[in-house]
Amino acid sequence: MIVSLTVNGEPRTAEVAGFESLLWVLRERLDLRGAKDACLQGECGSCSVVLDGDLVCSCLVLAADAEGAEVTTVEGLGDATSPHPVQSAFVAHGAAQCGYCTPGLVVALAHLRENRPDASPDDVREALAGNLCRCTGYGAILRAAAEVLGRGDPGAGPVGDPDGTRSQGDGEVTP
Amino acid sequence: MHLVRPRDLDGVLDALAAHPGATLLAGGTDLMVEVNLQHRRPETVICLRRVEELRTFEPGFIGAGVTWARLEHGPIPALAELARTVGSPQIRAAGTLGGNLGTASPAGDGLTFLAAVDAHVVLASTTGRRTLPWSAFLVGPKRHARRDDEVILGVEVPDAAAWPQAFAKVGVRQAMVIAIVNCCVVRPADDDVRVAMGAVGPTVLRVPDAEAAVVGDPTPSAERLARFETLVRDGIAPITDHRATEAYRRHAAGVLARRTLERCLPG
Repeated sequence: MIVSLTVNGEPRTAEVAGFESLLWVLRERLDLRGAKDACLQGECGSCSVVLDGDLVCSCLVLAADAEGAEVTTVEGLGDATSPHPVQSAFVAHGAAQCGYCTPGLVVALAHLRENRPDASPDDVREALAGNLCRCTGYGAILRAAAEVLGRGDPGAGPVGDPDGTRSQGDGEVTP
Repeated sequence: MHLVRPRDLDGVLDALAAHPGATLLAGGTDLMVEVNLQHRRPETVICLRRVEELRTFEPGFIGAGVTWARLEHGPIPALAELARTVGSPQIRAAGTLGGNLGTASPAGDGLTFLAAVDAHVVLASTTGRRTLPWSAFLVGPKRHARRDDEVILGVEVPDAAAWPQAFAKVGVRQAMVIAIVNCCVVRPADDDVRVAMGAVGPTVLRVPDAEAAVVGDPTPSAERLARFETLVRDGIAPITDHRATEAYRRHAAGVLARRTLERCLPG
């Protein structure tokens, strides 16, 4: 069956077989490999995308049921020359180790920032409860989040590392 | 696989009449896991995502398609509290209360509230509507009384927003856990108490003996509360599985129920 949807602002169509998930179609049919395939049961958040305004696990969306939907993946947020503020904060804080969870975390934080720019540190932890990092780099991830959330400055661009805390994946926090 | 994507409730009922036994897909948070793990390959799937009539959320009625995210920010305190413990934000944005009924897991968090307030499940088909008490709808682990040609429209519930009420759950972390024990207590009146326990029997269950021990007493003494805890522990039917032992569940259920009741008492 042919499915038509809008991905990162562009109309796309894909030939979809029976039970394929939106994650599979994004990666294998539309060549958007930012969203990652890990647990396939909604536990890890590495496949997070925004579907019609909601943050969801794309592995749990039947692709054929996404007909007509609007989808934003990490590729739609920014790129190396024009990064999203969340991406810039991740770079500045070294908030990635193996990087497998990173696209899902970036999409989740960008979604939170758009919907609740005043989110507190506790709100951030709760918002990331469905995104697992098994390198245990949560400390750096939360420091990156703190740069772009809850500061009342949603226009903030790339940030530095004034207190020298970057790239220490210390596992001090488990959202 | 044959896929039907109805735009409204009539479309759903027609599709069910044409394909009785079709699999109903709402948020996908249960079904897609089974599909991804290749445990299920349904022949016909009817997608409910586009059906506005299932998303009604008003005093007295909650549509089957209302998501945990909406319940989390809704006016009913215990329902909001339990919705916040379901999965993660990603799961809550997709998963629905109707999905909890359709899956009929003994551990379904939403089912504890429905049992505590004596909700009625509303079912529809092309031949009409019928309403079943929650206890007649949930007939066993992952088993319910929905006919092959019916869709769950939603639940009729009392206007419970102002009642003292609370929910609590035991699991291995704060998020993304299926309950080892969960519990909802409501007090429709000063002298009335209802307690529903999940994951400690073949379906969610009420504990009438424990309720009777505190009914009629707006401020139960410590002794009476201890009696309540014991009667909960003895009034459930847990099993040992990969999440917990029967003994642990009994102990945890008693403590959890007492603490949840205490949160519903004045002062």
